[in-house]
Amino acid sequence: MIAAAEPAFAPHTTSTRPLVAPMTPAERATIDASTRGPVLFFLGNSILWLLVATLLGFITSLQLYRPTFLADYPFLTYGRLWPAYQNIITYGWASLSGMGVAIWLMARLTRIPVRYAGVLVAGALLWQIGLTFGIGSILGGNSSGVEWLEIPTASAVLMLIGYALVGLWGILLYGLRKESAAYISVWYLLAAFLWFPWVFATAHLTKSFPQLGGVVQNIIGAWASQSFYSVWVTAVGLATAYYLIPKVINRPIHSYNVATAGFWTFIIFAGLTGATRLSGGPIPAWLVSLSIAANILLIVQIVTVAVNLVSTIKGEERYIYHSPTVRFTYFGVIAFLIASVLGLFSSLRSIDAVLHFTPFLVGLQQLIIYGFFSMVIFGAIYYILPRLVGCEWLSSSLITFHFYGAAYGGSMVTAMFLISGLATGIALSNPETTFAQVIDSASLYVAGRALAWVLVGIGHLIFALHFGLMLLRIGQPGGQPTLFGAHGEEAH
Amino acid sequence: MNRTLTVIAWIVGSFALSVYALVILPQKQIGGLQPQIAEEDGKITDIYPIQNIGIVEKGREVYRSEGCIYCHSQQVRDVQNGSDLFRGWGERRTVARDYIFERPPFLGSSRLGPDLANVGSGKWRNEAENDPRRPAKRNAQWHLLHLYDPKNVITESNMPPYRYLFETRKITGQQSANALDLRKGLAPEAGFEVVPKPAATALVGYLLSLDRSHPLNEVKSAMLEPKK
Repeated sequence: MIAAAEPAFAPHTTSTRPLVAPMTPAERATIDASTRGPVLFFLGNSILWLLVATLLGFITSLQLYRPTFLADYPFLTYGRLWPAYQNIITYGWASLSGMGVAIWLMARLTRIPVRYAGVLVAGALLWQIGLTFGIGSILGGNSSGVEWLEIPTASAVLMLIGYALVGLWGILLYGLRKESAAYISVWYLLAAFLWFPWVFATAHLTKSFPQLGGVVQNIIGAWASQSFYSVWVTAVGLATAYYLIPKVINRPIHSYNVATAGFWTFIIFAGLTGATRLSGGPIPAWLVSLSIAANILLIVQIVTVAVNLVSTIKGEERYIYHSPTVRFTYFGVIAFLIASVLGLFSSLRSIDAVLHFTPFLVGLQQLIIYGFFSMVIFGAIYYILPRLVGCEWLSSSLITFHFYGAAYGGSMVTAMFLISGLATGIALSNPETTFAQVIDSASLYVAGRALAWVLVGIGHLIFALHFGLMLLRIGQPGGQPTLFGAHGEEAH
Repeated sequence: MNRTLTVIAWIVGSFALSVYALVILPQKQIGGLQPQIAEEDGKITDIYPIQNIGIVEKGREVYRSEGCIYCHSQQVRDVQNGSDLFRGWGERRTVARDYIFERPPFLGSSRLGPDLANVGSGKWRNEAENDPRRPAKRNAQWHLLHLYDPKNVITESNMPPYRYLFETRKITGQQSANALDLRKGLAPEAGFEVVPKPAATALVGYLLSLDRSHPLNEVKSAMLEPKK
């Protein structure tokens, strides 16, 4: 295998702490090769789930525009497809792809080659068996009825065992690490690996406790879902961005101390933001106040990410034009900043009173999981894959089409959610507007959303095809990364 | 290494804080809520809420299984939090005690359709009070017709029809009492009738049971007059 060209510089070796020894290209190639099997398995499977999610996103949008569409098939009605879509995009796509990228990052950052890769693959298999059973239950009408925790406990247990195989391994790897200084990405990954199983287990195992009183079940659902978004999705996404952008640009992050401050704020406050999802509802008011306060304090993290990643790229903007990795990742970082600021403002009581129960909140989730997380993961896949299969991406045009579909289509889907949320929110808050008029005010955006999903779908199909070609080793010869525009003009 | 241990300790600690604040404390505060009981001369005169039984509980299962919660909420907010009360969705805000017997409560997070917290109450409406199209009564027959063909009752409705909860069958002898009175184009051919399956009947029983207007001591704010 020809090792991809890569500068000796590694983001995590720039801290002032002494190092064991710089990583040699040979060592890097060994570590990359050891991750090949499990990482390709996780990423490949996650892309299949992404395709299913895209299809469901399209169908559910169409159903809101044409309510009779597929209405005669119980398992394909909106009330079942929508939770299926939500569960597939979070537990199918975001979880598996995040784990795949995290495994690769962990191996590189700790400089430990992967051993017993079969354990990881078994974990992924168990996870997906549990998830498939869970999706089947939702479609079959056996959802738990707790929003955001729809899959049955049996599914959750299988998924948890699968996850334990992956997560424990990740933490073990960290314990064996050779690198003495833990880079900011490692901290974020540790947080994700440790938090995720606790939240998942606590939520799914307690949701059916008979002692649990009424709306406490809803509070747990809100807490678990928000934790998934704020902890798993944010932590894995930022860990990846903090690694990739400095790595490709070949310069250290702007300020390591600022990044650390952001991490601490994140760790302390991110877990407390969940109750905003039940703002104004029949729960104790202090819970919502606590979550709003936590949301406001998280602004520290937002600022640190903005300062760091945007400043790091300053003066090197040409990478956004030439490097697929940087273009996708940078897009994701900007989406994270927009989503965080919108999330902060929309959690304030006076604004929430208008936007609650509207598609605005769905749009925010979409912005985080698609605009931010998925784009960063796409960037990571464009970086990682050539290092695993030994050849470069076949065609920069295919990458361009994928980017257009994902960036423009994805932004359109999100914008349609957000704008129709604003429109219906304003219409709903005026009691003189009848509900029929409210429905009317949203119908155009629903149609737009269905169209936007088509764009996204085309992008994803092209991406999946390109990924498949890479698995078959059909691509450019290894060595020079496939760039947009002028080929090989920049040292990458 | 010390630094790493610090990081892990903070991660664990912050998780513990998160569980404590958002799971354990709420359970302590509202997990043990009991029904409100009114007594007069040592005799119980009134209990609210009470547990669902029979067909209502079966209907609740249909509501859960069809995913009604993804378009319909069941929570009424106070006047400073939106127009819920002015829209006729309830006479007071709902509070934790309203849901103590529900496993799980269908609070919902989205309103692609109206809130249903009180849809079984005679006062519930989703139209302006003087709207000529407001149905005289939302009784079982109205709900069945609405489930089978939402557009028949509300022209602008964006709700999917739930025809698979009904069956078309040959009339033997007299027409069934619960046969639907359908508009032209949807009515079955002569000699046939459309009747609800047990799931539809149960669902309508559940919908008609939804009424959280019973006064509660902890809800002080009554309905305010809308500003004209």
